[in-house]
Amino acid sequence: MEFQIIWFILWGLLWAVYFALDGFDFGAGILYPFIAKDEMDKKAVIHAIGPVWNGNEVWLITAGGATFAAFPTTYAYMFSYLYTPLLIILFALILRGVAVEFRPKAVTDTQKKLWDIGIFLGSLIPSLLFGVAFGNIFMGLKFDDSGYYGTLFSLLNPYGLLVGLLFLFTFIVHGGLWISLKVQDTLAEKAMARAKKFWYLQAICAVLFLILTAVFTNLYDNFLKLPFWFAVPALAVTCLLVTGFYIMKNKRGRAFISSALFIISLVFSGVIGLYPNLIPSSIDSKYSLTLFNSSSSPYTLKIMTIVIIIFVPIVLFYQAWTYKTFMYKITEKELKEEGY
Amino acid sequence: MDTVLLSRLQFAATAAFHFIFVPLTLGLSILVAYMETKYVRTGDKDYLRMAKFWGRLFVINFALGVVTGITMEFQFGMNWAEYSRYVGDIFGSPLAIEATVAFFLESTFLGVWIFGWNKISPKLHALSIWLVALATNLSALWILIANGWMQHPVGYVINNNRAEMVDFWAVVTNAYGLLKFAHTVLSGWVVAGFFVLGISAYHLLNKNETEFFKKCLKIGAIFALVSSILVAAVGDFHAKEVAHTQPTKLAAMESLWNTTTNAPMYLLLIPDPENEKNSVEAIGIPSMLSILAGKKEIKGLKEFSPSERPPVTLTFVSFRLMVGLGFLFILLTLLVLIKFRYIENSTIFLKLLLWSIPLPYIAGQLGWIVAEVGRQPWIVYGLLKTTDAVSKAVEPSQVLASLIGFTVFYGALGIIDIYLLAKYARKGPEPKEV
Repeated sequence: MEFQIIWFILWGLLWAVYFALDGFDFGAGILYPFIAKDEMDKKAVIHAIGPVWNGNEVWLITAGGATFAAFPTTYAYMFSYLYTPLLIILFALILRGVAVEFRPKAVTDTQKKLWDIGIFLGSLIPSLLFGVAFGNIFMGLKFDDSGYYGTLFSLLNPYGLLVGLLFLFTFIVHGGLWISLKVQDTLAEKAMARAKKFWYLQAICAVLFLILTAVFTNLYDNFLKLPFWFAVPALAVTCLLVTGFYIMKNKRGRAFISSALFIISLVFSGVIGLYPNLIPSSIDSKYSLTLFNSSSSPYTLKIMTIVIIIFVPIVLFYQAWTYKTFMYKITEKELKEEGY
Repeated sequence: MDTVLLSRLQFAATAAFHFIFVPLTLGLSILVAYMETKYVRTGDKDYLRMAKFWGRLFVINFALGVVTGITMEFQFGMNWAEYSRYVGDIFGSPLAIEATVAFFLESTFLGVWIFGWNKISPKLHALSIWLVALATNLSALWILIANGWMQHPVGYVINNNRAEMVDFWAVVTNAYGLLKFAHTVLSGWVVAGFFVLGISAYHLLNKNETEFFKKCLKIGAIFALVSSILVAAVGDFHAKEVAHTQPTKLAAMESLWNTTTNAPMYLLLIPDPENEKNSVEAIGIPSMLSILAGKKEIKGLKEFSPSERPPVTLTFVSFRLMVGLGFLFILLTLLVLIKFRYIENSTIFLKLLLWSIPLPYIAGQLGWIVAEVGRQPWIVYGLLKTTDAVSKAVEPSQVLASLIGFTVFYGALGIIDIYLLAKYARKGPEPKEV
């Protein structure tokens, strides 16, 4: 297989893993002000994502870095075309990171309140905007060889917003399930109740997404050409239903895993539909940035493939070990001695 | 103002801010790892308290290092799209490798370290902070290999209107990058050493846990002394490499206008770039510049057209101040060790140490000014001009708005960070036997 195609798959995989991981701590951050009423609850929710959010976010940095290394032209134009939305995402991510780390060190009620807002907004904004960005990429951006013609407001079109909401609700469900696994008693029940509610919204958005994608994008073309690829969106639908099923049955671990698989198969459905484009041009497909016209040289791709093949399994191994180590219910005793 | 200038200002501001947090983590991670290992080996609870106390300050600082690091990555594409397109084939690889090889390790195991005190064995816990320390320094290696390539491009051909990599090994073993890595990382260790010295001095001044903080002071002093001697030594090699590969930068660092054989070094010198000369040149040491540069003949700035010269005064002053500070660090740390037995009684000296905390930070920033301003007008030395590197799709108004946004936002974060560091530094370690 050509290295460009390997890197296209890796590109999709890095984004998929990123959303499956950071997605739940975004979701937890969004639910946080609504389900955590007292100081103990708040500490518990922050503690639920504390040990892992940082490692999760590195998947974004790696996805960015890999795009830079493997598809520099895409990297250059995607980041400069989407300047303003990316800037907003960036500020939100900074705000959230700092808020999660510094909230436990706040002393006065005002400080605490400000960090609480930081955690909430810093989780909400990227969830929504990443969806909007991907929705617009699915539709194609308005650019030709002389530049880009869109604005922040042209990105906020109905389809872009729909994908934004789909991401948002998906992450809320995902985060609710994670919290319910990590905390005890009433707080866990509250998180579960939210996950259930938002699952319905998520399902409605998913159905609308399936229909409107046919109207607004060309993603289905690839599937109609090679129908066996329909297996991937079918898997996404199945995972979503299974998530709902396990939520109703109150099997939280299984619901969380199928929710993660839903995110991964959803991203791959989009990636398959995009092929061979990374960023399609909505003006004319001859301007589209594809994995062939925007990639690095075969030599660079080969070097990078070797690096990734050696190191990504190692990363997955120790991150899995971390999840195993921290896969326990947080106790009240622990929260009291928490000094960081 | 145009996009180039605004983008440069923004990059300088965000990079400088990022580099307030990074250097401390390079060295402090090692010191915390050393303290915790001492505890695991000896069972001496003081070392555990030490690791926890300095570790907490490390964590506060680390959070901001990470989040401001994302900005750096995003900015290449956002503000410097033409640069990214032109060099991505080469420059992107070390960045991606940094994330894959180092950054995951660092972030994951810092999480383990912070939350793992009662979850994993003490040995494994100490190992996780060692992994953090290793990964932090490994991160710097890959970033500085990338930066080293911008300073001295190697292992490439120009093809398809961009630089394409033909020799990965040459990029990785680029002497410029490796020397810069050693110089930068060691300077970060000096920052950490002085951080420990200064805060320990504060507690000694207040007669708080004298025995505990004298131990810390000694660790900090030895670490800072060794590091600052090494920084100077590596700096010397690095200057020779600069002389070899970036003649305009060297000439600007020394404000040398005419090509000179056996060039002297003037202890007192005031550049006058407008008239292409120095208004004051006094106390010359014969041949010193040639000896330090490792070259008999040193090219002067007049050899290059004015459009290819970096800003002379800024480069020159930054370089002199950095070197001066470097020698001061060696002197100060030597004094600490000489006076160590009764140091708790010399109030003035302790105060001096406390007020020295910002100095290595300043030296580091000055070093970056020399490296990056001294490289102008090139973004990739000899290959691509900074003016040709900016994003075409971005309007000056967008960059201006984001620059203001960064300034306000980063300003607030900086204040909060200093407030928290000061608060926890003042608080001191946990009381004995909890």
